[in-house]
Amino acid sequence: MTTLVQTLIDGVALGSLYALIALGYTMVYGILRFINFAHSDIFMLGAWFSCTIAGLLGWAVGTPPTWAFIVVLLAAMAACGLLGFIIERLAYRPLRSAPRINVLITAIGVSLFLENFGQLPKIFGNTPTKMPALIPDIALGSFAGVRLSLVNLIVIVVAVVLMGALEWLIYGTKLGRAMRAVSYDTKTAALMGIDVDRVISITFVVGSALAAAAGFLQAAKIVAVQQPAHVSWVQLGLKAFVAAVIGGIGNVRGAMIGGVLLGLVEMLGGAYLSSELRVVYVFTMLILVLLLKPEGLLGKTTVEKV
Amino acid sequence: MALLEVQDLHVHYGAVHALQGISFTVEEGQVATLIGSNGAGKSTTLRTISGLVRPSSGSIRFDGQHIGAMAPHKIVRLGIAQSPEGRGVFANLTVHENLEIGAYTRNDRAEVARDRERVLHLFPRLRERLKQLSGTLSGGEQQMLAIARALLARPRLLLLDEPSLGLAPQIVKTIFQIIREINESGTTILLVEQNAHMALRAANQGYVLEVGKIVLADDAHKLSQSDEVRKAYLGIS
Repeated sequence: MTTLVQTLIDGVALGSLYALIALGYTMVYGILRFINFAHSDIFMLGAWFSCTIAGLLGWAVGTPPTWAFIVVLLAAMAACGLLGFIIERLAYRPLRSAPRINVLITAIGVSLFLENFGQLPKIFGNTPTKMPALIPDIALGSFAGVRLSLVNLIVIVVAVVLMGALEWLIYGTKLGRAMRAVSYDTKTAALMGIDVDRVISITFVVGSALAAAAGFLQAAKIVAVQQPAHVSWVQLGLKAFVAAVIGGIGNVRGAMIGGVLLGLVEMLGGAYLSSELRVVYVFTMLILVLLLKPEGLLGKTTVEKV
Repeated sequence: MALLEVQDLHVHYGAVHALQGISFTVEEGQVATLIGSNGAGKSTTLRTISGLVRPSSGSIRFDGQHIGAMAPHKIVRLGIAQSPEGRGVFANLTVHENLEIGAYTRNDRAEVARDRERVLHLFPRLRERLKQLSGTLSGGEQQMLAIARALLARPRLLLLDEPSLGLAPQIVKTIFQIIREINESGTTILLVEQNAHMALRAANQGYVLEVGKIVLADDAHKLSQSDEVRKAYLGIS
C-alpha cells in the first residue's frame, strides 16, 4: 500500500512534467500541423536559463528567499517564451507556404543548433552544473512511510496552475477562441479578421513558456543539470512527445491526460516490474494506443456532417 | 463612385492563369452577382478581394482605397466580410462561438450583442442551436451560420460564395429570401453563384464569368432575358 501511494505521487509529479512539455508539441501541431522537434530543446534551455538566472541573482550560495523560485520560474518562462517567438519568426514563418517536410527538417536543424550552441563555453558550457537550491529538499510529512517532498508538491501545484491558466486562455478568452479557429481552418480564420501570424506567434510563446516551466521544475527536482546536448534531455522530450500522441496530438486536454497517464505508467512499471525497463513501458503504451486508438485517447471524435 | 471597383485583375496559380484581366464594379446598396460554371474563377475573384489570394496585377479599390496587397485580417476591418465557399464554419466551435468569431474585429460589446439578436432574428434556427457544436448542424444550417457569422463583422460589403451549394431547393429559397432582407437593411452584396436563376433574380447587376474572363455584364434582369444566358446558364432554349 505504501509503495502504491508513493508511486502514484511520484507518477503524477513526473507526468505533470510530461504534460507541460506535451502541451507545446500539441499546440503547435494543432495550428501548423508539424512536429516542432526543437521543442524538447526549449525545455532543456528552460532548465539552463533557470540555473543561469538563479546564479546571476546571487542565489547559488547561501539560503535564497522562499519566493526566489517563483522569480526564477517566471524569468525562465519569459526567456524561453521570447526564444520561441524568435525561432518561429526566423525559422518557421519564412516556410509558411513550403511543404511540411521542409519545416520538419528545419525543426530538427533548430534542435541541433540549440543543443550545440548551448555547449559553447561562453553560453552554458559543456559540463553538467548544479541547480541552486531554490526549493529546499524537505519532506512535508511522512505518513506511514509515504514521503511527499516539497519539490514534488511544487511540481504538481505549478503544473496544475499553469494548465488551469492555459485551459482558461483557450476556452475562456477571445484569443483562445481565435486560436481554436486558426487550428481548425487558417484561411477562414483570416476571413474573420484574425491576424493568423500573430496567433501563431502567441502559440509558440505560450508553448515555449510551458516547456520552460517544465525545465525549471526538472532542474529543481534532479538538481544536477546535464550538459545541453545530453541524451537525457532528448529522451525526456521524446517521452513528452509520446504523451502528446497518446492523448491525441493537437488536443490540449489530451496532452494533459496523456502526460499524467504516461508518468503513472512509467512509475508503476518501475515500482512493480523492473525499474530498468521504464522507457519500455512508455513505448509499449505508445504502440498499444497506436494499435487500438490511432487518433489518440482524446483524438478527433466529433461527427461532422457535410 | 462604386463601393467596390475591380480593374483589369489578373491572378495566377502557378502556371494557371485563373483570372485574365477582369473588371467590374459593385454599387453601394446593391446586389451584384458573378455567375458562371465550375472553374470559371468566381471563387478566386472573391478570395482575391478578401486578400487570401494575391493578384499578379490589376487593382481592387474598396471605397476608393486600394486593397490589392492588403492582408486578409486588415481587409475585414475595412468592412468586407465573406461567407466562404463550402461554408467554412468552425466545426470544433459551438454556434455561439462561431458567431463571436464573426465579430472578432469589433470591441463594441453592446452593439455586437444587438447585432447578434438581429442576426438570430433572421436565422431563428440558429438560436435553437447556439450551444451545439457547429459541426453537427445540417448543411443548410451551416450555410445560415456562415452568413450570420459574416454579418456580425457588420460589413459594408458582404461577399457570398455559392450560398446555394448542395442545399435542397426549399432551403435555397429561404436563404435567397434572407439575402434580399440583408440587402434591404443596407448591406451591399457581391454574390457568387452557379445557380444563375436564383442569383439573377436577387441581383441588380450581373456579370457572367467564363474561364477567367467576364464575357457579359448587364443589368441582372436584362441578363436573365438574354439568349446567351438563357441557353448556357438557365437551361432554357
